[in-house]
Amino acid sequence: MSVVIKIENLSKQYRLGLVGTGTLSHDLRRWWHLVRGKEDPYLRIGEVNDRSTKGTSDYIWALKDINIEVNRGEVLGIIGKNGAGKSTLLKILSKITAPTTGSITYNGRIGSLLEAGTGFHSELTGRENVFLNGAILGMRKREIYNKFDEIVDFSGCERYIDTPVKRYSSGMIVRLGFAVAAFLEPEILVVDEVLAVGDAEFQKKAIGKMQKVSRTEGRTVLFVSHNMTSIQALCTKAIYLKDGTIGGLISVKEAVDLYFNANWQNIGHFKKEKLKTNLPAEIIEARLLNENGDTSDSFFIYEKILIEITWMNRQGVNVNPNFMLLNRQGITVMVAVDTPIDWYGDKKNKKGTYISRATIPGNLLNANDYSIHISLDSGSPRICYESNLDVFRFKIIDSMDEKNMARGNFSSVVEDAVLWPALEWNYTFLEA
Amino acid sequence: MEQINKTYTITPGKNLFDLKLNEIWYHRDLFALFIKRDITVTYKQTVLGPLWFVIQPLLTTLMFLLVFGRIAGIPTDGVPPVLFYLGGITIWNYFSECLRLTSDTFVKNSGLFGKIYFPRIITPLSVVSSNLIKFGIQFVLFLCVFFYYYFNSAQIHPNITLFCLPLYIIILAIMALGFGLIISAMTTKYRDLTFLIQFGIQLWMYITPVIYPISQIPMKYRWVVMANPVSSIVESFKYGFTGAGNFYLSSIIYSGLFSIVLFFISLAIFNRTERTFMDTV
Repeated sequence: MSVVIKIENLSKQYRLGLVGTGTLSHDLRRWWHLVRGKEDPYLRIGEVNDRSTKGTSDYIWALKDINIEVNRGEVLGIIGKNGAGKSTLLKILSKITAPTTGSITYNGRIGSLLEAGTGFHSELTGRENVFLNGAILGMRKREIYNKFDEIVDFSGCERYIDTPVKRYSSGMIVRLGFAVAAFLEPEILVVDEVLAVGDAEFQKKAIGKMQKVSRTEGRTVLFVSHNMTSIQALCTKAIYLKDGTIGGLISVKEAVDLYFNANWQNIGHFKKEKLKTNLPAEIIEARLLNENGDTSDSFFIYEKILIEITWMNRQGVNVNPNFMLLNRQGITVMVAVDTPIDWYGDKKNKKGTYISRATIPGNLLNANDYSIHISLDSGSPRICYESNLDVFRFKIIDSMDEKNMARGNFSSVVEDAVLWPALEWNYTFLEA
Repeated sequence: MEQINKTYTITPGKNLFDLKLNEIWYHRDLFALFIKRDITVTYKQTVLGPLWFVIQPLLTTLMFLLVFGRIAGIPTDGVPPVLFYLGGITIWNYFSECLRLTSDTFVKNSGLFGKIYFPRIITPLSVVSSNLIKFGIQFVLFLCVFFYYYFNSAQIHPNITLFCLPLYIIILAIMALGFGLIISAMTTKYRDLTFLIQFGIQLWMYITPVIYPISQIPMKYRWVVMANPVSSIVESFKYGFTGAGNFYLSSIIYSGLFSIVLFFISLAIFNRTERTFMDTV
């Protein structure tokens, strides 16, 4: 396999804050150093790019010493949190902005798709825009002309093709824009999260097209997305960007793991800033933990999820902590009350602080986004002491990993099912 | 498909005077489509459409006639005032429109430039070219007026210097492009220039012999007008059609050299800005 893209020591520095009075003096100083043949004084400083902490320097490294080699036909997934440097990397690859140091060597043409419908003009018709957009993306007029029917067919906007784009729905603009880009034929394709738009049917079409481009046509694709399902469906290798640095080329599975594990801090943890003191019973804190005891907001489908509720019984009332789980579609998937089957002897009516724990077993819930409501109720008669809606949001991810999962080697995704439990199956062989 | 298996590199280094002619040539269809877009889009949803190209200089001429001809009483070297003003406006408009529209290349197109790469110079080049069409329409209007006076009055003497007309246009185009590129590059960081450009162009017109002939300027201040590289072009344009005023080859050469030097300086600045302007715009 031949190396198509070689990125060496690539770094990009940005200056934070506003362009103001300081800018000119820095520019002058930089120029003065340059005139004397010295190194840029501001390149030596700069901090790692952590969005959430307050830094001391105005200069940050959006990317720092990136080294990658990508082979022909590879689909490279680029994963990372917001602000990790993904888009900066794509922008440098697309020649939109130049790197501060380092170099990229590549073979063939790079076609970039950072936005569907770049340069569409609202006054022009769909037809005119297809030509304009195609030309902006680097296609020749003849090429567009030859593929025009296919493009229109792929977009599904045939009826509107001679109407100004300003009359289109936003979804139609995206469809038309992606359709043009889908027929781009560069040796290297750089794709940002454009697939995240459009309806489900169109997304499927778009992913299918990308798969075809990489697998059957042997093109190299660099793909940035927050959608781990499409990353796993498309990519052959991945890099995980964190604060502008990478650990190197890794497998998609490793990168996805890193991505989810990176979100551990402060997520899946709810703590009341101020207690209300007048409630007979009150929730103080709640946490969502994975098997290792770390708080998390994303779990693989086979992982156990531990819910931990710290609460206070102020007046010695009878309290049952409980939670309710809703999925993205708003369906109440389940309710769980902290009452053992033999509840008679169990009365948590002593004054004081308690921690209640519940475990949702792995291989039970289907991959989806979930929201948890936590409440404190008395048993009977039912009095609700406190109810906190939407305390946590968390995600269950289908890792597509055959071994640990209820799915076994069943390869498609069943999105509509609320549960995907690992049931005990057995079979009897009747006759040959 | 062209350019397969060619190796490219992306580095922070700059080649400032690189015209990127092969890249521009590759994107020639885009260039043509930009021109087409600029023209079709300008007068979409207007009732009079391209007629505005004609109305605007006519009304301006009328205004100049009233203010500078009647009220201020500035003579026009014996040329019919309507012809004099319209000629000045036609040629000056081409320069000022090109300058105005290229000077915000980066800021106006930052949305597009931030998403896709193509040689950025194509955008201002297409502006200068599409303005040529607008100029053409206004020029036809000027010719109509010119022939009207030519057949009705003996006052005007078109002469051989008219053959330099294409040269004037080229010089003006390059000059407008040069100034426009420099300003557009600087506005990416310092927006102050967008304010300056608006009245700057207006002021510039007054040190250009658009509404007065150079002969009306006292000798003492004439160098100010002559130092302005647009002056000789406007004056010579009028001279070619009317025979009134001055024509100095040396001034034309001055303007020509000025525009070429300016163009290369602006190209260097533009190329430098193009690489990182997305970070500051």
